[in-house]
Amino acid sequence: MQKTRLFTALAAAAVLALPAGDALAQAGKLKVGFMLPYTGTYAALGAAIENGFRLYVNEQGGKLGGREIEYVNVDDESQPAKGADNVNILIKRDKVDVVVGTVHSGVAMAMAKVVKETGTLLVIPNAGAVAITGPMCAPNIFRTSFSNWQPGYAMGVVAAEKGYKKVMTITWKYAAGAESVGGFKEGFEKGGGKVIKDLTVPFPNVEFQALLTEIAAAKPDAVYTFFAGGGAVKFVKDYAAAGLNKTVPLYGAGFLTDGTLKAQGDAAQGLLTTLHYGDGLPVAKDKSFRAAYQAAYKMPPDVYAVGGYDAAQLLGIGLVAVKGDFSKKADLYKAMGAAKIDSPRGAFTLGKNHNPVQDLYLRKAEGLENKVIGVAVKALADPGHGCTM
Amino acid sequence: MEVATFLVQCLNALQYGLLLFLVASGLTLIFGIMGVINLAHGSFYMIGAYMAYALAPMFGGSFMVTLLAGLVLAIVLGYLLEWGFVSYLYQRDHLQQVLMTYGLILVFEELRSILVGNDVHGVAMPPFLAGSIALGDLMQYPVYRLAISGVCLAVAAGLYLVIARTRLGMMVRAGSTNREMVQSLGINIKFLYRLVFAAGVALAAFAGMIAAPVSSVYPGMGAQVLIICFVVVVIGGIGSVRGAFLAAILVGIVDTFGKVLFPEIAGIAVYLLMAAILLWKPEGLFRQG
Amino acid sequence: MGTIGINSPRFVLPLAALVLLALFPLVSTGFYLGFVNKVMILAIFALSLELLVGMAGLVSLGHAAFFGIAAYATLLLSPEYAAANFFWLLPATVACAAAYAVVVGALCLRTRGVYFIMVTLAFAQMAYYVFHDTPLGGGTDGIYLNVKPVVALFGITLIDIGRPLTFYYVVLASLAGVFLFLAVLLRSRFGRTLVGIKSNEQRMRAAGFATFPYKLAAFTLAGALAGLAGFLVAVKDGFVNPEMLSWHESGAVLLMLILGGIGRLGGAVLGAFAFALLQLFFQWDVVFGDFSRHWQLMLGGTIILSVALMPNGLIGLPAQWRARRSRAGEADARG
Repeated sequence: MQKTRLFTALAAAAVLALPAGDALAQAGKLKVGFMLPYTGTYAALGAAIENGFRLYVNEQGGKLGGREIEYVNVDDESQPAKGADNVNILIKRDKVDVVVGTVHSGVAMAMAKVVKETGTLLVIPNAGAVAITGPMCAPNIFRTSFSNWQPGYAMGVVAAEKGYKKVMTITWKYAAGAESVGGFKEGFEKGGGKVIKDLTVPFPNVEFQALLTEIAAAKPDAVYTFFAGGGAVKFVKDYAAAGLNKTVPLYGAGFLTDGTLKAQGDAAQGLLTTLHYGDGLPVAKDKSFRAAYQAAYKMPPDVYAVGGYDAAQLLGIGLVAVKGDFSKKADLYKAMGAAKIDSPRGAFTLGKNHNPVQDLYLRKAEGLENKVIGVAVKALADPGHGCTM
Repeated sequence: MEVATFLVQCLNALQYGLLLFLVASGLTLIFGIMGVINLAHGSFYMIGAYMAYALAPMFGGSFMVTLLAGLVLAIVLGYLLEWGFVSYLYQRDHLQQVLMTYGLILVFEELRSILVGNDVHGVAMPPFLAGSIALGDLMQYPVYRLAISGVCLAVAAGLYLVIARTRLGMMVRAGSTNREMVQSLGINIKFLYRLVFAAGVALAAFAGMIAAPVSSVYPGMGAQVLIICFVVVVIGGIGSVRGAFLAAILVGIVDTFGKVLFPEIAGIAVYLLMAAILLWKPEGLFRQG
Repeated sequence: MGTIGINSPRFVLPLAALVLLALFPLVSTGFYLGFVNKVMILAIFALSLELLVGMAGLVSLGHAAFFGIAAYATLLLSPEYAAANFFWLLPATVACAAAYAVVVGALCLRTRGVYFIMVTLAFAQMAYYVFHDTPLGGGTDGIYLNVKPVVALFGITLIDIGRPLTFYYVVLASLAGVFLFLAVLLRSRFGRTLVGIKSNEQRMRAAGFATFPYKLAAFTLAGALAGLAGFLVAVKDGFVNPEMLSWHESGAVLLMLILGGIGRLGGAVLGAFAFALLQLFFQWDVVFGDFSRHWQLMLGGTIILSVALMPNGLIGLPAQWRARRSRAGEADARG
């Protein structure tokens, strides 16, 4: 029948056409493969990263180091289980030169494992998994965002300076949460404080009432938390609704209030968080970046866009150093490792483990902005435990 | 755990359970009366929440009017969906129903993504319910959460009255036991099914709408609520609204106290409960009714 | 329905497929070799469910649990920095999956119909949360295999499964083996009893068969075969994640069955390929451009249409087509 014939024809065409896809590769152009979440909760973050990356390349006239850039993308859906398969689509089918991605730490770990075997260059514009610049570090893996440990450690230092002695932590039960809390604990206990209890919620559950009651009953000096996206919105609102924002001050890693202030409303006002970026930075590059981004994409940039922008910058610096000759891998990686990136967040360099060494800012939520009110820790490097580079 | 904390945790459990009941009641009615497994039921909850977000600006931010508008839209959606899609599922076996409604979930999620995007949103509470009352000196409890519990209880009572005490309810109950007999008695079974399905959708969407201010609106919310609802329906007994009520409260208690007392196995606790009950009573706590 | 090939030996199609798959490495690049390799493993997974759904008539929405448990067992039983031996690792992981299957089966088979579907889902969710929430596995981010197992006897490596091409043929051999095994099982007394139970359990019991042990045996065997697939995928990717036990995975494998056609072994294999190709196709931005971001919409629509229009799946299409033609022919004759 017509339907079945059409279906069979389509199927046959699909199968036959599959291998032909890579014949489209052209000489001279450098192929950048984006592996980002284009669907799901993190889709807006994926879009921001790609926008930031493209903005930098467009500012250089569409070329980095004299090489014209062409793009391919794959939707990773923030699913670690499909991470290996998806990155293989970019590396083995589409034959990209550079992989840029991603948001979710679990997916990034899968990507890191694959590129360690294939030797493909990977630049991570967001995912903060500590292991990637720890035991899994490699010469061809770079990160331009942060490690989950950094904002946590910085806030721990701040909390200790404020004189708190007993703090409870609460987060999702997954690697990013555990690493953030771990960083906080290290910074806080170094300053003489003590974390009395770590509360966790299964990921991505957002029912917090029971644990908020626990916090109210225990009456700690303060609470440190790591949540992002929808969980961050709900947590902050629930915290305020339980009246805890008046009795037990809340502190968090920057993602608690990044991109979520509108949804959180009054409940988030005055919240202090730490992150490597914020609003109102006295950095000239930031002002020009924001203007350019707003003009190009009709919306303000965020920390994710900065990660994407700096990923392009880092790649650009390396390509300029090898004069566009991508085959000179050793020189390329050396140049990238030694790069000083003129970022909207302020200038930063990379540590030996290829993670940014940067200032962690203390920010306060005012209106719809996270205003930078000071520097929590200057030039903080992730210790990179287990990295043998 | 002190008494005050224990009581507050009970309140938390009750509130969570009652909201679950609202969604699960729709599912059990559809399951029980029409014999259709609908995996897309969680999507109606999500649609309700997103409607609360998307419609609010149209009505000047008035929560009550938005609620009413959303309810009407949900009923229309349910009606149309039954007419255009679900009515084809009655003749099919469970496997086909499972798969077709699974495909429906994907379609709903992507449509939502195209229409409203993937961002996380907040929904403002109605100002007259936005305060908190102090529970001793332990903590404050949001008035809105108490209001939700109250509304759910009212709906539960309403459902019970309709099903047990009205002619419509009698037809619904009869239709679930013996479809052909009811038809031969001259009752328009097609219309009845359409009504039941629309009611089920409306209940789930309504739950999504009233929960939106406290739960925030985000892409994964449908899937999360779906599985728990299936557990509630199976524990309570398919087709039994009474059972769904009891089961929802049970699940609320197990989930809340599980999180607090045994955080490691909190996720498994609800399924252990379900397995245990099914082994004791393979058809759930109550039979139809 | 029930065309399980008892009367005619349908050797031609499966044999042709085997030859095609064996020759495939000659024409493909590295990516597609890995892709087809993965799909063959999924075909084994689908075949294991076919035993349950197609032969025994037990619709399970929790089959991914056995797949995932074996995959995790592969990683957890392997030493961290040395290679495990294939010859004890494989049986051990399959045994883990089978053990969970026998326990779950014994408890679930007491229920029927939609309750059975739900209880199987519940037990799969339990296993999912064990790996998701407890420190047993790596939590939501999963764990990695550092060294692949070796196929060695007395210290001599027989087959190097680290090489993609070799591993491809190992998987192909496993697929052929499982297919053959199930085909023989179907024709055996055990298989025919299962089919009888599927069509009318009460009559089988009246005829004197104790149906519960047969169903339990089928459930356990299906779990064990799913475990084999889980072992292979863990060795191939070197990575496991709790999502391998999620209900999405259980739903996907059911989908493969219905896409390919329930009741036919070839249907399971065909369905696995069709499903994987569809997913790849809809995400291909060369064809769909920017809309490929919404590939799940197209997949969802395809699922609905295929279940509605092709109740016997792809493998049943020729028969469906012939039936319509003959009906049209009759109408003409009567005309």
